[in-house]
Amino acid sequence: MKGFGFSSIKPRVIDYDRNNRTVSEYILEREPSFSLCIACGACAATCSAANFTEMSLRKLNIFLKRGENDEVRRIMNRCMLCGKCTLVCPRGVNTRNVIFITQQAFKKLDNYAV
Amino acid sequence: MQFNPFVIPFNIGLYFIIIYCVAICIIWFMDLSRADKLRLQRGFFGKPFTRSIKEIFTESLIHRKIFRLNPVLGYMHMSLAFGWFLLILLGTIEADIFGEKHLNPPYKAIFFRFFNPDHGAEGFARVYSFIMDFILAFILSGLMIAIIKRFWSRIVGMKKTTNLKTLDRIALLSLWLIFPSRLLAESFTCGAAGSGSFLTGSLGSFFAGFLPAEAMAYPFWWLYSLSLGLFFILLPRTRYMHIPSELFLIFLRNSGVRTGDQYGSYAEAQVYSCSSCGICLDKCQLSRSAGINDIQSAYFVKGLKRNDDVYDISLNCLMCGRCETSCPVGIELGALRMIQRRAGETPEDMKSIWTGYMRERNQDRNIDKEANKKVFNYLQPEPVVSETEVLYFAGCMTHLSPGISTSMIKIFEAAGVNYHFMDQNGSVCCGRPLMLAGKDREARELIQHNSMAIWSSGAKKLVTSCPICLKVFTESYHLDVEVLHHTEFICRLIEEGRLTLKFLNRTVVYHDPCELGRGLGIYYDPRMVLYHVARFNDTEFERDNAPCCGGSLGNIRLDSRKKTAVASDALNDLARSNPDFLITSCPLCKKTFRKVAQNGSPEIIDIAEIVVKAMPPSQKEEFRHNKNCQRGVKYTVVK
Amino acid sequence: MEAGWKHQKTLSMPENKERHIVVIGAGTAGCTAAGQLAREGYRVSLIEKEGRPGGKLNSYYQLFPDRRKSEEVRDFLLAEIDSPLIILKPDTDVESIKKNDAKWLVTTTRGDLPPADAILLASGFDLFNAERKEEYGYGIYDDVITSLELEEKFRSGSILTSKGFPPGRVGLVHCVGSRDEKVGNFHCSKVCCVTAVKQAIEIKEMLPGTEVFCFYMDMRMFGPYYEELYREAQEKWAVNFIRGKVSEASENIEERLVIKVEDTLAGKPLKMQVDLLVLMIGMENAQSGLRVGEDLGLDVGMNGFFKVRDNHYGNNRSNLTGVFYAGTCTSAMNITDTISHARAAVVEIDTYLNTSGKELKS
Repeated sequence: MKGFGFSSIKPRVIDYDRNNRTVSEYILEREPSFSLCIACGACAATCSAANFTEMSLRKLNIFLKRGENDEVRRIMNRCMLCGKCTLVCPRGVNTRNVIFITQQAFKKLDNYAV
Repeated sequence: MQFNPFVIPFNIGLYFIIIYCVAICIIWFMDLSRADKLRLQRGFFGKPFTRSIKEIFTESLIHRKIFRLNPVLGYMHMSLAFGWFLLILLGTIEADIFGEKHLNPPYKAIFFRFFNPDHGAEGFARVYSFIMDFILAFILSGLMIAIIKRFWSRIVGMKKTTNLKTLDRIALLSLWLIFPSRLLAESFTCGAAGSGSFLTGSLGSFFAGFLPAEAMAYPFWWLYSLSLGLFFILLPRTRYMHIPSELFLIFLRNSGVRTGDQYGSYAEAQVYSCSSCGICLDKCQLSRSAGINDIQSAYFVKGLKRNDDVYDISLNCLMCGRCETSCPVGIELGALRMIQRRAGETPEDMKSIWTGYMRERNQDRNIDKEANKKVFNYLQPEPVVSETEVLYFAGCMTHLSPGISTSMIKIFEAAGVNYHFMDQNGSVCCGRPLMLAGKDREARELIQHNSMAIWSSGAKKLVTSCPICLKVFTESYHLDVEVLHHTEFICRLIEEGRLTLKFLNRTVVYHDPCELGRGLGIYYDPRMVLYHVARFNDTEFERDNAPCCGGSLGNIRLDSRKKTAVASDALNDLARSNPDFLITSCPLCKKTFRKVAQNGSPEIIDIAEIVVKAMPPSQKEEFRHNKNCQRGVKYTVVK
Repeated sequence: MEAGWKHQKTLSMPENKERHIVVIGAGTAGCTAAGQLAREGYRVSLIEKEGRPGGKLNSYYQLFPDRRKSEEVRDFLLAEIDSPLIILKPDTDVESIKKNDAKWLVTTTRGDLPPADAILLASGFDLFNAERKEEYGYGIYDDVITSLELEEKFRSGSILTSKGFPPGRVGLVHCVGSRDEKVGNFHCSKVCCVTAVKQAIEIKEMLPGTEVFCFYMDMRMFGPYYEELYREAQEKWAVNFIRGKVSEASENIEERLVIKVEDTLAGKPLKMQVDLLVLMIGMENAQSGLRVGEDLGLDVGMNGFFKVRDNHYGNNRSNLTGVFYAGTCTSAMNITDTISHARAAVVEIDTYLNTSGKELKS
């Protein structure tokens, strides 16, 4: 279910109505603090993986909420689950669980076509 | 008459359970790995055999460990277990000596009084009857405690008892019926025959005064037999399976078998050995501070037994080890949780108490389509550093707590250690958080990366200030260097005289971090270091009984508010004696406690920081002076 | 100072001469309220725990939005309390307060006060202890300072780093100790954003060659001419603004401060060496005030500040009859609003004391 063959042309606009936000809702059900993110970037700033790669939890959260799942799929596995992001989040989002559930959700999507 | 239809339920139950237990033992034995089979054989026919027999006596029957934790609870368990054992043993001997012939079928021993109503009038038989009655009274006293405990748990000093499912409840009821019905059946029979000892006899004659004792006895014998039979038949699917399982487990454990990384016979035996005693419930801080009451080890193990989906339960655990250290059966609860985390969620069709034996549970359900893809191939190999003696790995969490790393640098400099700060520019995680989340394969990649850097450095020692990193370095890395925690290293520096400290006139309480204390058994070195610098306040919350700070990386599900609650309660316990400092040796503990400390009292610092405080100023000044001489800048000590 | 501010014999009701009000705290709110009360003829005991009145104003350099000198406002406050009806007691702390009928008996560290008809709590705020945010390195690295310490540097006339040179690059970190679940302060301290902009401009004025960066989560320019100040900072003074919460500060091999932040608008992490890092520390309710509150039994809100009787039309009243609030002990405020709040408190005290003597309710 990767865009029915349109994956070669990336839309420049976030088509909010067309985008699929079920993954975001799946995460929100299981980790309610996900809704508190204000995209301040503290998590991404302290991220162990950000030294080497484009991993940015802030971006991940925003993309999920807008429904841009392809971007998320690309970067989410880079996380080392070290937990520094959870220790700096000023809103108290359980960021480690968010990314853990995200990885679970995409695995389910790929394996069982949920 | 030597037979009566009422013994049939008992016979059915008894033979069923004997066959079942033997079959289970054979199946479990066959499913052991070859190495474990050999271990068990050696253990069975060697020295561990006596150890096992002794342990069966002291733990399964007398329940010595439970006694130590909670005398009333221990008495209750002991009376039922040991009492029933004696009843059966002495009853068999009774039937043998006083019966019509030797080697009777079991029902003769259990229902002895029915078949020999006049027994016990005088002589040795009278004494023997007394003993049997005494044992029955002993059991009944414990039973009363058990019944009251179910409704009012505080009487045994426990705040909670385990919640039961339907099958458990029926089994519990039948267990509770066994001994009272024996009492009444024997009493009525004795009443009718005018025999019996202090309990059965007196009760019997009391009843005989106004009731038709002979007629009333018979239904109670039926009840006795039925409750026994029902209990035996239900036993395999209830928590009472722990009775036979624990025997098997004790032999296995004393032969050196351990749980390991995969689910196997030993794990299965442990799961069935849980008697749901409930001791782990009160020890769990999530229950006490965060109001979470469905994830404790007793429920987790029960869920495993019933093939429930325990994946979420296994993730919502601090992995602090408090339940494991207090478990009287010695179940490796941490290892079981880790196995479940690796296994992932249970598929729908497996979730039933009747399906799925161990082999199905053992299946690797993680069909990973990208199993060969490397996730962390973005990591560049680290530059090779040579000519160092000591590598210092601060760890991810220490970067958020720079007081610890700067203190360690000061200590290294003051002691003249040839060190290299391995992750000064940001670290690659040690890999343990990934392992705690069940992602062993990904963790291996990180382990490989870090190992390369350590191997190529040529250092002799690896010092880390984070116990989480230490545990994975010691257990999962294959390093050729000596791995030390910074407290161990500082202790050595003090003993070698490379560090001189003055005594601070302050009181401290030391908090044993979960991963360092219960996880690795390092209790002595931090205390030795602290004895040189400050006065200790006594606290009961230390060593095995130390609370978890709540910051755990082992718990993925716990939200911020509940973590704060756990941390507050733990801090309140530790700081009861109002010390000047609370000393931790884990950066995560330090950050978690600092978050909840009100008004900075007590001040929470790491052991490295208090050591720096205790260093004479000349040492600190020299260090800065040396560093700044290179720049030709005049510098004055600010602190 | 214009005429009209000075004390004259004005608007005093004759009964007020017999009444005694105790004002706890001689900062901005306390002095303003005391002055107004004296103008109305009340007798005032003004208690201050430090050695002189003026509160935090004594440490400030220039005030936003117009960057006037803080001494001018301080002089206004000193003129307010220059009245024979006001007895100022510096170096005095409150030990206990007891209620006796409708009067309050205040015991201080320098003796008992005469019975008071009302208490005005103007105990102000404490600044957040930056050591609690350990990852910024305050107290560990020498070149990490707080905004208050920067004000003191301005007053001393020179800004130097610990190595003795003026900084080539200064970073200002917003929201330190505010809006942060990790230190237990969910509230916004309101004034730190505009303070940061003001301080950025002041640094640029003193050191034109220095680069100045503000690291913010939001730019809260709520007051009159605040947004214009922000504009001026960008337009006239070339202050740089980067949206991202600084996660940690550390020292690199050359012992220069390095900060890690994500440039959220650019979408990439950013690493930068700075010579001086200024932490914009937030406001918390003063510990001294909380002690008095505990003694009296005053309700404290979830954010640590005192709970006012009504959020809209009763924010000078406390849960106790006869005890009133003025200033930042109720919530974070700038100086303008503190002075307004203090004057409003006087109106409330008036109303309370001059309604029918039998129903002295507030």
